[in-house]
Amino acid sequence: MNTEWLIKLWDNGVLQLGVWETIYMTLLAALFSYLIGLPLGLLLRVTDADGIHPIKWLNSALGVIVNFLRSMPFLILMIAMLPVAKFIVGTSLGNKAVIVTLVIAAAPYVARMVESSAKEVDAGVIEAAQSMGASTFQIVWKVLIPEAKPALIVGAVISTVTILGYSAMAATIGGGGLGQIAIVYGHQRSNPAVIWVCVVLIAIIVQIIQVVGMRIAHRVDRRARS
Amino acid sequence: MIEIQNLNKTYRGAAGEIAALREINLTIEDGEIFGVIGLSGAGKSTLVRCINLLERPTDGRVLIDGEDLTRLPKRALLQKRQSIGMIFQSFNLLEQRTVLRNVCFPLEIAGAPKAEARQRALELLELVGLSDRADAYPSQLSGGQKQRVAIARALATKPKYLLCDEATSALDPNTTQSILALLQQINRTLGVTIVVITHEMRVIEQICSRVAVIDQSRIAEIGKVSDVFVNPQSDIARALILPDNPLENLPPARTQRLRLVFDNHASGEPIISRIALECGAKVNIVYADTRFVEGNAYGHMIIELPDDDEQVARILRFLGENRITYLEED
Repeated sequence: MNTEWLIKLWDNGVLQLGVWETIYMTLLAALFSYLIGLPLGLLLRVTDADGIHPIKWLNSALGVIVNFLRSMPFLILMIAMLPVAKFIVGTSLGNKAVIVTLVIAAAPYVARMVESSAKEVDAGVIEAAQSMGASTFQIVWKVLIPEAKPALIVGAVISTVTILGYSAMAATIGGGGLGQIAIVYGHQRSNPAVIWVCVVLIAIIVQIIQVVGMRIAHRVDRRARS
Repeated sequence: MIEIQNLNKTYRGAAGEIAALREINLTIEDGEIFGVIGLSGAGKSTLVRCINLLERPTDGRVLIDGEDLTRLPKRALLQKRQSIGMIFQSFNLLEQRTVLRNVCFPLEIAGAPKAEARQRALELLELVGLSDRADAYPSQLSGGQKQRVAIARALATKPKYLLCDEATSALDPNTTQSILALLQQINRTLGVTIVVITHEMRVIEQICSRVAVIDQSRIAEIGKVSDVFVNPQSDIARALILPDNPLENLPPARTQRLRLVFDNHASGEPIISRIALECGAKVNIVYADTRFVEGNAYGHMIIELPDDDEQVARILRFLGENRITYLEED
């Protein structure tokens, strides 16, 4: 095992940059995934057959698209979506391109997460809002989202960790981050120490996201608090 | 006034069409507390949801103050619902909002200014006796307190009508009493017309003036609570008034049995003692029950007659002379 390389990577700031790139890609991709996935998930819930405003054709159409994107392995989807990335951000290489492909892969996942969180909101509470004359929009904005908030935050934690995992694979298209360091300096130069250090760093980041996220979810939840 | 005219509701299920309500005709007058009683599955919950169109009738009309809700456009219907409050068996409070913000909720929906909504909500919490819990969350409240919050919330938009769907069914008897007393107070002091859906006769007895008995999707009987109670016409009403039909749990009759019905005047009389003294006959009391409806005592008693035709004739004559209602049980 060669630890010299590790020290060199650290001194050159490569590892630090890798950590930063991983966090940056993950959080930015998660943000954009939610910008698309949150409304999409709510739309899936609302237009469902037992939702507050059933629209069968729309629900089926969205469902098919979401399922299609979710059934593709990320590695393949990422490569297939490179032309789309080029169209949106002008390049099919590097960070920006990776974030686009991450969002395309993660948004449908997020949508399903949001949909299932919204499904947990008690039908009786929604019925009560309807009895008060609340419109569909008011029910979504004032009942579904606030009542599902703890579940939505838990979902966001899970989604973000999944995106982080995806981002490591993005090394194959030069996305940067810890995944790329592991492949370029670890795997290709037969230096397992580098790989393991990257793994440990990723694990630490996941752990922090998980712990902080769950703590927030617990803090905002007003149910069953003694 | 709430008028339901020729209302039918059918659901289309896997097993074909299922009729939930058939040919319902009902008028609920302003200011009354109207009860709807039936066994579970009889259609009473669907009926109450047809009043504010949470369930859309398959056909028929629902008139609130003469306005047919089934013909209103969506926006006007949402507006109209603000004048019809509703409370539920499971309270249905917003778990992530404080008590105060729950009561503010319908005012937010109606677009009332925040300060005004807050003021109104505080007044209502005062009315239901929960001023000190304004900042609590629903999970910190007991069932009875939750229902009080729900009542305050339902009254926030100053509705003319309040629909109660099994509002006391999840509560213990003491809490039920206090919620019923609160509903009665709201009816008397605020003049809110209340529709009570329940499967419990004691709820109807305690606060309702009129009652509709629903059985198998139809109205089996409708009338003043005291009339229905004293002289139920339908089998279902009899079954509900005599809960867990006492005769089913009794040993088989050895002789003829009579069901005596006491209204307020007769329930003050020592009938059985007088039968013994004036008719010289011994009767056996098999079952007895007295209840208070709108402050008046009503009772049922099932007695076993002596095995002597002459004595039986004397007892029947005595009951007739004293205007005691009786029915022969078989």
